[in-house]
Amino acid sequence: MTESILFFFEVLVGGLLSGTMYSLVALGFVLIYKASATFNFAQGAMVFFAVLSFVGFMEYGIPFAVAFVMTVFLMILVGMLTERLVLRPLMNQSEDTVLMATIGLGFVLEGLAQAKWGVEVRKLSLGIGDFPIPWIADNLKLFISALDLTAGAVALGMIVLLTLLFKYTKIGLGLRAVADDPGAASSIGIPLKHIMLLVWSAAGVVALVAGMMWGARAGVQFALIELALKALPVLIIGGFSSIPGAIVGGLLVGAVEKILEVYIGPFFKGGIEAWAPYMISILFLLYRPEGLFGEKIIRRV
Amino acid sequence: MKPVFMRYTKNDIINFIVLLVLGFLVIPNVIKSDYWYTSILIPWLCLTIAALGQNIVMGYTGQLSLGAAGFMCAGAYACYNLMLRIQDMPFLGALILSGLIAAGLGIIFGLPSLRIRGIYLMVATLASQFFIVWVVDKFGWFKNYDLSGATTFQKIDINGIPFHSGYMMYLLVAAIVVVITILAINMARGSTGRNWMAVRDMDIAAESMGVTLLKTKLQAFAINAFLCGIAGALYTYTYLKTVEPFAAFNISLSFKIMFMAIIGGLGTISGAFIGAAFILLFPVVLNAVGNNLFHGMIDATIISSIEQIVFGGLIITLMIFEPLGFAKLWETIKSKFRPKSQTS
Repeated sequence: MTESILFFFEVLVGGLLSGTMYSLVALGFVLIYKASATFNFAQGAMVFFAVLSFVGFMEYGIPFAVAFVMTVFLMILVGMLTERLVLRPLMNQSEDTVLMATIGLGFVLEGLAQAKWGVEVRKLSLGIGDFPIPWIADNLKLFISALDLTAGAVALGMIVLLTLLFKYTKIGLGLRAVADDPGAASSIGIPLKHIMLLVWSAAGVVALVAGMMWGARAGVQFALIELALKALPVLIIGGFSSIPGAIVGGLLVGAVEKILEVYIGPFFKGGIEAWAPYMISILFLLYRPEGLFGEKIIRRV
Repeated sequence: MKPVFMRYTKNDIINFIVLLVLGFLVIPNVIKSDYWYTSILIPWLCLTIAALGQNIVMGYTGQLSLGAAGFMCAGAYACYNLMLRIQDMPFLGALILSGLIAAGLGIIFGLPSLRIRGIYLMVATLASQFFIVWVVDKFGWFKNYDLSGATTFQKIDINGIPFHSGYMMYLLVAAIVVVITILAINMARGSTGRNWMAVRDMDIAAESMGVTLLKTKLQAFAINAFLCGIAGALYTYTYLKTVEPFAAFNISLSFKIMFMAIIGGLGTISGAFIGAAFILLFPVVLNAVGNNLFHGMIDATIISSIEQIVFGGLIITLMIFEPLGFAKLWETIKSKFRPKSQTS
């Protein structure tokens, strides 16, 4: 009896921890949506691009910290180019047009990353162990690795940081104003271009961090993009414009898909994880389209 | 220009006859190599059908959908099982039935479109992609318990005539494409198409003008899935022949079909043909250039990366400069060469 309860908690915790990984990807998405009301389909590709470049730099023998800074600058450059070449020409276009352009952007980034660094799976070692911490395993009977804890802590740190940024700084206020009404915001002197640049660079850095966590767990490889696609249901469940929503959505998706996989998966030869998040998101869309924490969508003629 | 016959202008009929002569007289007599039929013309025509479906739901009705490969998978395996399990099942009958089965699935997965749009809808349609392929792969019945995990599709015979060679299969697929294209043009130009476009341009306004959203959207999803189902069945029967569901109907096929619709031209019928040709031929040309001009000095990774960069870059460029795609570009070029008085 206790055995099975313990096992359930093990599965649950495992799911929650892997869910923080989805949250990290989703965060970058929310960041851009909150500041520019743009759905950035390329966020997954940015994760892949960032971490692949980071690993590539390290392979040249560049030390960890320097490679990190270099990748941050690279992502800022990507943000700048995106703003200049993709978003500015599409400024007053419909949501769907911009969305399709970001799908194109995703393909460009994937292609560039692969052209430069190749397709083989790479290992990324952050010096953080991905094995159960003995103390927790002995005392609580839960298998949690240092990497899990780090990912959780990083996710938590980012929410706090981003929430503070959006709520209490002048930049954050500007970001929210631009998302609400770009025209009105620019007419009162908020520099649209700088705001966009800032947001896309920040999203690039968030993508790098998310990619590093993913890479340390699953290796740096193309499959990351399909994993990153799962950030979309996470966003729908949490609400596109909510930072806490990205976290809660990620945890929920992680936990539910693991529980389904472990308890129901064996009856169907597994693989439920591949579609479960999307099905959950459909349920949410039918009953609560704005997500758990999102703002209600009101459309006018 | 005045319509000559029903909704067709004189130009339409001339174009149509030229294409028919090209497709059924010139190509079969000029092209002898089997490679052209089996590796280029057949997949092109099959994917054109899928791109037409994608264009109806995305270009005409304005609903972003990313599940084409899922419906193709459904169509392919529906056709396989109909042929396998029902004695003396005619191939064309099975083909239409499998399209209808896919259409049923399309209606189910199109239901969320009544409440959501844009990226929300795209995520919902992704569910169809992953779920359908998973069901087909995990339940052995669909694959007739083949232990290898792959399925070898039957050979096509219609009324005792074997359609086994590339040449014969090309004629079959081309004939089906002709029928489907005529149907699609009729729908797009009639009241159905006008309803679709009204919903695309402003669904709330369309609704207040008396267009039933429920019927219009689900109709578009059903037709999309129907066409994708038929495309999937033809694609597997005439091109792939042996299929492993997860490998053949993955998300990148869905992306490809979406790109065909976008690059060819959203909201145009000819765009599906142009887009499918471009997406399919560009890698072939790129490979040929890589192998012949540079003698294999460029490795395959780089070539496939260039392909991705070009597709992605092209989408961005088209979104910025010509959201109506290649079909519109073609029209623009044509009108430049036309005498002024004729431009309509």
